[in-house]
Amino acid sequence: MHDVLRTRVNDFAVKLANVNGTGSASANGLLMQAIFRMGIPVCGKNLFPSNIQGLPTWYEIRVNKEGYSARALDYDLMVAMNSQTYDRDIKEVRPGGYLLYDSSWPLDPDLHREDITFLGVPLAELCNQNFEDPRTRILMKNIAYAGAMVATLDIDMDVVNTLLDEKFAGKKALRESNHKALLLGYQYAKEHFECPLPFRLEKMDANKDKILIDGNTATALGAIYAGCTVAAWYPITPATSVMDGFKGFCEQYRKDPETGKNNYLIIQAEDELAAIGMVLGASWNGARAFTSTAGPGLSLMNELIGFGYYAEIPAVIVDVQRVGPSTGMPTRTQQSDLMLAAYASHGDTRHILLFPANPHECFRFAVKAFDLAEQFQTPVILMSDLDIGMNDWVVPRLTWDDAYRPDRGRVLDAEDLEKKIGKFQRYNQEDENFVAARTLPGVSQKGAYFTRGSGHNKFGGYTEIPDEYQEVMDRLKKKHAAAAKFIPEPELASREGAKFGVIAMGGCDQAVREALDVLDRQGTTADYLRVRGFPFGDVVERFLAQHDFCFVVEQSRDAQLRSLLILETAVPKEKLRSVLVYGGFPLSSRHVVQGILSQL
Amino acid sequence: MPSIAKPVATHPTLQRNALGLTIRDYEGSMSTLCAGCGHDSITAAVIRALWELDTQPHMVAKLSGIGCSSKTPTYFLSGAHGFNSAHGRMPAIVTGAAAANRDLLYIGVSGDGDSLSIGLGQMCHAIRRNIRMAYILENNGVYGLTKGQFSASSDIGSKSKRGEPNRMAPIDPVKLSLSLGATFIARSFSGDKEQLVPILKAAFTHRGFALVDVVSPCVTFNDHEGSTKSYKHTRKNTLRATQADWVPPQSEILAQISKSGTTAVTMHDGSVVHFSAVPKDYDPTDRRKVAAYLDEQPANAVVTGLLYIDPSAPDMHELGQSSPTPLRDLAYEKLCPGSAELERMQEEFR
Repeated sequence: MHDVLRTRVNDFAVKLANVNGTGSASANGLLMQAIFRMGIPVCGKNLFPSNIQGLPTWYEIRVNKEGYSARALDYDLMVAMNSQTYDRDIKEVRPGGYLLYDSSWPLDPDLHREDITFLGVPLAELCNQNFEDPRTRILMKNIAYAGAMVATLDIDMDVVNTLLDEKFAGKKALRESNHKALLLGYQYAKEHFECPLPFRLEKMDANKDKILIDGNTATALGAIYAGCTVAAWYPITPATSVMDGFKGFCEQYRKDPETGKNNYLIIQAEDELAAIGMVLGASWNGARAFTSTAGPGLSLMNELIGFGYYAEIPAVIVDVQRVGPSTGMPTRTQQSDLMLAAYASHGDTRHILLFPANPHECFRFAVKAFDLAEQFQTPVILMSDLDIGMNDWVVPRLTWDDAYRPDRGRVLDAEDLEKKIGKFQRYNQEDENFVAARTLPGVSQKGAYFTRGSGHNKFGGYTEIPDEYQEVMDRLKKKHAAAAKFIPEPELASREGAKFGVIAMGGCDQAVREALDVLDRQGTTADYLRVRGFPFGDVVERFLAQHDFCFVVEQSRDAQLRSLLILETAVPKEKLRSVLVYGGFPLSSRHVVQGILSQL
Repeated sequence: MPSIAKPVATHPTLQRNALGLTIRDYEGSMSTLCAGCGHDSITAAVIRALWELDTQPHMVAKLSGIGCSSKTPTYFLSGAHGFNSAHGRMPAIVTGAAAANRDLLYIGVSGDGDSLSIGLGQMCHAIRRNIRMAYILENNGVYGLTKGQFSASSDIGSKSKRGEPNRMAPIDPVKLSLSLGATFIARSFSGDKEQLVPILKAAFTHRGFALVDVVSPCVTFNDHEGSTKSYKHTRKNTLRATQADWVPPQSEILAQISKSGTTAVTMHDGSVVHFSAVPKDYDPTDRRKVAAYLDEQPANAVVTGLLYIDPSAPDMHELGQSSPTPLRDLAYEKLCPGSAELERMQEEFR
């Protein structure tokens, strides 16, 4: 007997194969949200094409009562709604699993598999009989299969009905057709199949303090709470929804009740060269400003990121990484901008990076990025990725401390300048973190200085004298190193009897944690360190020193995190082994387990 | 760029403006440009215009890109913050700076390489957004710092120092900006202070993007026989379309006694620009007529004057409906929705 046939509650994976642009996303989101509202740990991954309409797209839902939320590669149920991809979709169902398809048309007998159960629902027929308008017939097919899933998986019908009522609160006709379609699928499944299937859902109470949010929305919210007022950007997948989210929140929270005017300005720039320029201009002038982009945009921004570094101007850059090089695969995920970001721009440059692992951290680290940028007067890059940024994640509720005030760093005001004897010297008299005070335009003539990307001495004056140039460059290096104490501490998970270490960052976290549990149960025990920012600090150094060898799990061909660790810590190269998953889909624990075991 | 500090010595009889400042208070470091460079004359005109306008030095931000022209912000107004940015990127920096603080006067200085080649896109988009700034394009038709290559404003047939003629059509910043919808377009000549100073005063007063294209001969690489941006050629071929006089607000009497046959345009702050048009019927507020006039002129004519103005078009902040208080001055308490709202809003994420 296949294990899939044994009754399993709240522990299975569903994959939905759709055609993009046909309205499937809202049906899939509805299912995911319903499971979330049932209090069950769930994760959804949208594997979509770089296209608007007509190409294959998949959505995966994994339910796991233990809370594991990385991708599962074993699909108990495949909802095959795209005849173009029947072939591979049917192959992906685990032995003993189920396949739900539209039986309005016969299935090619060649595609038949003995070891899985085919559940045919005549979705097109049902919708054609019940709806008039051709577009509605297509859209409602999605809700109809959702209805069939409600029956087969034991999703709480009341929860789904409530969600539909909320979603279509002001749209009676749409609400009614959605309810009707849902019921069509539901009833058909109830009448024709043994419901529920051996794997099913049961209400839990795991999500009381959780929310369902994508990383880009959370990042945008972080920018709002950080007090950011100026944003400049150029549209790019997968970062666009950061600015969409920021705009939405601004419209909600930044319309001044007294003046009726906007307490923000968002500029859609002509390109990323300009977007980063605008951020630097605004930050130089004292506003909190940010831009959001992806790899191709980060490449273009290199020129002025170097300017910001050398002239010491704060800037927050959100990089929602996608697959490179070049245009790469815009709708697929990777962590391959790391080296570019760490040393962006020509000449000797190094930047502060933050690595959020989920939307909760996107929110917190976005705020942190603004503080660090102003504290250290330098560009800070928040390294998100498509998986974190665009997928809905179940994460702990966001919290806020009302005592928070932005750390604006060392800025002299008119009063400070009035007290000042002699000329203001921009890069002189650094503090213990090697940061010198800056002044803002429009405050006092006594604070006037010249900002320049050309060689300058500590007084801010132009120089071509080696010693003067080096003095500033050496301080900049020390300033970057000093930031290590202020970036979020790495996360450590130690286990008794660990034989080696595993290191990861960002969106690899969930898969690595699950993999380490699997390995532990099999007798292979490892410690885990998740780095959350660059420059690396003492905790990273200690972890590397304490282990005979470490695996670095990451999503790039060239093992960029491993490279950065070798360059920036004392670890000998041979102590670091790689597990690399870089095809563009989020990784699963199986990739990590296999990657580690094959090298032991 | 290298600079040499000027000795601080003020003659007691030097005239003072309404702020009690002499013209020396509007100067910067000594120029390190070549002796006779047109750019230094423009710097002098900028200093004069700012002094005459009683400008508070610290309420100005002066920004530039890369090139000989972009060195010049060091040479005026040492009491203002300066920003010598990257090549062709000044418009974006100004855009961001203006977004953060709408109360400053932004003076952007650029050249023909910085504006018409590497920074062409940024200049065009700053015009589209109608950023409130004076954009001074110090136009010498040549790359000076890299020693004499043609620029995108070199005229067809203009000869390089080695005698090689340029064969490609130039980009004319005046015609380009007119087609892009610029709200203030002027051209002048670095050697014509009488014309340039009032134009700059009007540009500094304009609420929107003010392009001032100034033909500014390069004495080292583009002032020879056969060049169309030399002192000699420019003097010979200048065609004044208008003479503008800038009259400050509340000076109605002055305005009324100005010569008959002038056009008066009221600026946003109440000041008035009087145009005496040299050609009959020249109307600097009629875009179509301006375009037609420019097209009719001979190819070698250097048409100068305040050529087009629309003082009423909304600038970036009006288009964006942004706060009258500079965004950078808004209190944090006004910007953060707080913990209770965060708690409430998360009900929508369930």
